[in-house]
Amino acid sequence: MAVIEIKNVAKRFGEYQALHDINLTIADQEFMVLLGASGCGKSTLLRIICGLETASEGEIWIDGKRVDHLAPKDRGISMVFQNYAVFPHLTVFENIGFGLRMQKLPNDEVKRRVERTAGLMHIEQLLSRYSGELSGGQRQRVAVARALAMEPDVILMDEPLSNLDALLRMEMRAELKGVLAESNTTAIYVTHDQVEAMSMADRISVMHEGKIVQAASPIEVYRNPAAKFVAGFIGNPPMNFLEASPQGGGKFSVAGHSFDGPSAANSNLQFAIRPEDMTLAENGFPAVAKVVEPLGAHLLVTCELDGKLFRAILDSEMQVKPGETLKLSPVQDRIRWFDPETTLAVA
Amino acid sequence: MNPRLLPYVLILPVTLFLCLFFLYPFVLVAQQAFSNSSGFTMSNFRDVTEHWKFPISLKNTFLLALAVVPIQLALSLLMATMVTKMKKGRDLILYVWTIPLGISDLAAGIIWLAIFEQSGFLNSMMGGLGLIDSPTNFLSYTSPVMVFVAIMLAEIWRATAIMLVILVAGIGLIPKEYYEAGEVFGATPWQRFLKITLPMLRPSLQTALVLRVILAFEVFAVVQALGGTLFPVLMGETYAYQFELLNSGAAAAIALIILAISITFTLIIMRALRVPKGATI
Ligand SMILES: Nc1ncnc2c1ncn2[C@@H]1O[C@H](COP(=O)(O)OP(=O)(O)OP(=O)(O)O)[C@@H](O)[C@H]1O
Ligand SMILES: [Mg+2]
Repeated sequence: MAVIEIKNVAKRFGEYQALHDINLTIADQEFMVLLGASGCGKSTLLRIICGLETASEGEIWIDGKRVDHLAPKDRGISMVFQNYAVFPHLTVFENIGFGLRMQKLPNDEVKRRVERTAGLMHIEQLLSRYSGELSGGQRQRVAVARALAMEPDVILMDEPLSNLDALLRMEMRAELKGVLAESNTTAIYVTHDQVEAMSMADRISVMHEGKIVQAASPIEVYRNPAAKFVAGFIGNPPMNFLEASPQGGGKFSVAGHSFDGPSAANSNLQFAIRPEDMTLAENGFPAVAKVVEPLGAHLLVTCELDGKLFRAILDSEMQVKPGETLKLSPVQDRIRWFDPETTLAVA
Repeated sequence: MNPRLLPYVLILPVTLFLCLFFLYPFVLVAQQAFSNSSGFTMSNFRDVTEHWKFPISLKNTFLLALAVVPIQLALSLLMATMVTKMKKGRDLILYVWTIPLGISDLAAGIIWLAIFEQSGFLNSMMGGLGLIDSPTNFLSYTSPVMVFVAIMLAEIWRATAIMLVILVAGIGLIPKEYYEAGEVFGATPWQRFLKITLPMLRPSLQTALVLRVILAFEVFAVVQALGGTLFPVLMGETYAYQFELLNSGAAAAIALIILAISITFTLIIMRALRVPKGATI
């Protein structure tokens, strides 16, 4: 049982404000992913939750208890560090068992847990090696195993799979998710990788410049971005934006075409659409193809539309050549609108 | 230039210098130790080791090293951890603590003599406080323990800083993530010191101990100033043979014995504190 509540947390490093008024509640056994660009404050937030850093303002509650004043070890938390922090002077076995030894668990219990978690991370053959001899990916898995071996209520993971190759990462992420679900652990997982975020998260918190912009289920974040930043960050490639001017009666003019928009709005808006939500149609936007990239299953076409770059994902059977003019039409119910002033979504 | 040869070419000048001014004199000393007027002999060693003062000075030298080095190790570790934890004024403290390094060992001996002498600070202080009626002679043959303690104090005061400097540099090299991991996984500050600082400090500990132990076996001026003939040590014997008895063969023999002891301890320390393969940062 561990609900994590982050209340009005702010963090300043001297003049620089790394976190602004963060409010987030992570449910018991939830798998929360923090997603955001480099330097947006993900690690700082994790370090505040586990107690390695103190918040300049705000409170952290775990399992109904305020923990701000508690030492890291008294918070029931274990952590996978972004830079692993695997002890070079200990063997892999002793690294994984480090926390268990500190708890003075009996030898056979330490052995059982170390072997089990090493097995989960596929590093059982490395147990007697020193970590100086390991590759980055192997060290990373030792770091994850060390955190799992603690069987904590809460596990914080700072880009724990970033150094693995694509195949192993895919395998690990499924296993990790399975292990955590089975062990009833509440998890906060930091990543840059959207696919990882989408596939693992119960909920994704998108962070930008020290703020949480949106915290919602992966599909919600993808389909209904709460702000332009989220729309332009999530998705590969992300959403396209076009200028829209009001025509009255809830109609908006976008690149010479008229669309039904938010009826309450009568100022300039931004029209947003995902590349895969474009189809070819006679009455579509005329777009000049600039770059054509076959991606196997799909064809990614970068065009020029209304003087801006515009991406569309089309069927790979299509024959498109650079310079060709395409007629692109958006799927009506996938169109989203953003207010250019507030950058927030408008419904 | 052939890149495989380049490193050797670059160290050539230093190597030549060392050969000329270290190896050559060393060979001469060794030759002296093993020869007399009639050629090769072990008689110098026999004479030296059979002299009644040899076992005493050997014992004293070891005793002093044994008493001083562990205390210095503990002190320098404590001081180094304290200095590393400091945010402000760190450089100033380090500078003050390393002042004794800039003082020659004879001067250090004389400073402590000024404290312990019959007319020294300690006597006048205790007299002033009314603790004693008349000045006592702390450093006399009637109080060998006091002589030993005075020498110990002077040695600790004089030569702890050399270890401190090495350890401070070594601790500075340990990334702070390891301490954070230790903290998260439940290690107390003392456990973090034992399980993280000490093992990761092994290379620096090695250097500091080797240097200090070698210096401890070469102790001379401080002992001379405070104990004189009351506390004979090996290096003092070398001096006596060379300059008082004018027996350079015997002096060379003792010098070689000290060298052998130093090498033995260096090897023991290197072995005891070696870092297993693959366990480096
Ligand atoms: N100890 C510190 N002192 C000063 N500034 C800091 C400190 N730690 C972090 N910062 C700043 O706070 C901001 C957020 O850092 P943080 O490490 O949380 O980013 P992050 O989101 O984890 O990035 P990445 O994805 O690259 O790991 C950065 O601009 C960083 O420079
Ligand atoms: Mg980070």
